[in-house]
Amino acid sequence: MSERITKWPGVELSAADLSEGKVTQTRFRPNAKYAWSAGEAMSRFLAELQDGRLIARTCHSCKRTLFPPRMFCEECFRPTDTWTYIQDTGTIETFSVSYLDTDAKRIPDPILVGVISLDGASPKMGMMHYFGEMTKEEIRIGMRVKAVWKPWEERRGSVLDIKYFAPLPEGKK
Amino acid sequence: MTFLERTTDARKLRHWEGNMEADYIYTSGVAGERFFVALRDQGKMLASRCAACGLDYLPARLFCEDCFAELTEFVDVPQEGRVAGLTVAHLDREGVRLSRPQVWAFVTFQGIRGGLVHRLLVPPGRARVGLAVRPKLKAREDRVGAITDIEGFEPVGS
Amino acid sequence: MKTVGVIGAGMTLFRRRLQETGKEMCFEATKMALDSAGLTRADVDMVVNGTAPDAFDGVHMKGEYLADGCGGYRKPYTRVFTGGGTGVFSTIAGWWHVASGLADVVLVVNEEKMSSCQPHPQSVFAHIWDPILDRPLKPNLVWIFAMEMNRYMHVHGVKKEDIARVAVKNKRNAVGHPCAQLADPNITVDDVLASEVMAWPVQRLDISPPSDGASAVVLASEDFIRRRKIKDRAWISGVGWCIDSTMWTDRDLYFPEYVARAAKQAYKMAKISDPRRQIDFAEPYDPFDYKELHHLEGLLLARKGEAPILTREGVTERDGDLPVCPSGGLMGVGNPIAATMGQKIGELFWQLTNQAGKRQIPQEVHTGVAQAWGDLMQYGSVVVMSS
Repeated sequence: MSERITKWPGVELSAADLSEGKVTQTRFRPNAKYAWSAGEAMSRFLAELQDGRLIARTCHSCKRTLFPPRMFCEECFRPTDTWTYIQDTGTIETFSVSYLDTDAKRIPDPILVGVISLDGASPKMGMMHYFGEMTKEEIRIGMRVKAVWKPWEERRGSVLDIKYFAPLPEGKK
Repeated sequence: MTFLERTTDARKLRHWEGNMEADYIYTSGVAGERFFVALRDQGKMLASRCAACGLDYLPARLFCEDCFAELTEFVDVPQEGRVAGLTVAHLDREGVRLSRPQVWAFVTFQGIRGGLVHRLLVPPGRARVGLAVRPKLKAREDRVGAITDIEGFEPVGS
Repeated sequence: MKTVGVIGAGMTLFRRRLQETGKEMCFEATKMALDSAGLTRADVDMVVNGTAPDAFDGVHMKGEYLADGCGGYRKPYTRVFTGGGTGVFSTIAGWWHVASGLADVVLVVNEEKMSSCQPHPQSVFAHIWDPILDRPLKPNLVWIFAMEMNRYMHVHGVKKEDIARVAVKNKRNAVGHPCAQLADPNITVDDVLASEVMAWPVQRLDISPPSDGASAVVLASEDFIRRRKIKDRAWISGVGWCIDSTMWTDRDLYFPEYVARAAKQAYKMAKISDPRRQIDFAEPYDPFDYKELHHLEGLLLARKGEAPILTREGVTERDGDLPVCPSGGLMGVGNPIAATMGQKIGELFWQLTNQAGKRQIPQEVHTGVAQAWGDLMQYGSVVVMSS
């Protein structure tokens, strides 16, 4: 009974209580290493990235070209049918200017990152990636962009084989 | 129905490696603080008493899991316990063979609900269920208020 | 189906760090909920626990670990987890137990101890991303919020000032909440707009940071409530839940379709055809200020793009026409993921039974909706409760 409860439990600690050992504690660092199987669709996707191409899967039932590619259509719930190359150009759907790295530490030069819907895939389908060759003042939703690939010999079969997406000048493909 | 297309050349199947980076600090908690401070400062083990259920819990805990009362009374655990179950470990946590096998035991105490899992400080040949044991503590200056303040359990009279 | 009521609620303080172990927090919240319902553990038939990934607490099989603290010792017990959606979903799972006729009294206990994870839970949040597609880019969880917020702002032309109003409202509402971590009676829109940029458009005061805490509610069948003559009760009149694909780069993030589907399911059960008229107040999930707006639209309590306008006009203030997050929400009370049941289901119970004290909505309220959200921007859970 919110109003009638007088003592709300909980003993608050400060960061120093832990770091200076003012309360007893036990520390642990797990050693967890993984190797995730890429499976059928992602194995081909990664191999194609190494060749500088983006590939999708088409479902003949709903006629969608699904990207990232998958071996089953989650909507029709049947196997997808064919491999379909799509373009490495697209449109910025949304973005962020991040002053945080992956561990929530602050970084001085922000990362431009966002979602690109890719030409050739069904509407709104795309991937997350970095943006480059543009400033945080220039980036905008709706901007046309194109993948900038690493040189062939540096590609490893990874989404990082694309360095970032850069502005696509008007009228260019 | 399965996928219409399948990779038959296993070399074409890829995998992606990574690790899960995480560090943890576990607080001992309210009852745990009492338990570990007593272990560190006084070298003794405490149990928490539920008078209603007639139970003394080891390790000490904040509440009775049965009647759900908050437990505020603490009693000393007897110095001497018995091995209730044991195992002889030949591999470490990573699966690497130990240079010498280690004995691990579940130790219980008369009149106490629960017990502790810890090292049994005897050669595998001497380890047996029912063995009377007592905790061997680290020196006071080395104790930090953790379960490892106990080095292990050794036979009574050794 | 049996009619199910909420008859008790409890929660711990929400703080960045609590000394209590997860079990101890669960015990304290559970004991409070049982006491408030006038019951003991012996009255409880079954127990449901809700808690987020094991990696936050750093204890595997966290549900089993917490069981005794949840009052689950030697009882039928289940842990459920639907990401942040657990905050409301666990009550739905509890409702199944009673509505099915299987149990008369069910405890629902939610917990999170995020301070165990060092130096910041962010390091394990990274593991919700796809390991092959997303994680090589070294994402920070704030990114998805930033990208969703930006898309929402872009589609509707929403200004940051209008979003910041939510943070201000909720942190002020939380002043009346005894467990609040982030209450601030003096905060202004300018404070939010001047706070440090984390991942634009998200700034420091747009976010509810991680917390430790636990909460509990007691559910009972109508028969039990009448037999025991329990006066303080609020009925669960509708439940709904829905998941979208983890392929989050395949949909337009401006609208949470999965929340709308969950809401429609719950409204149909509750016989609500005009939610804006029939629902008196709402506790949507607000881990970020814009999420309250996003979710009000998902809950069909505002038209698409209308939630910022309602907020600006004061409609969602505690004394407005549609009070939203009168508890102070996650933005004001704190965000120990699953344990936010305390501000969602707990607040509905306290408001509908007139026990919310300083937080009590001034006009009489009969029907409220609580909602939670989680996973990779894909999960919605909705509960409608009536007096």
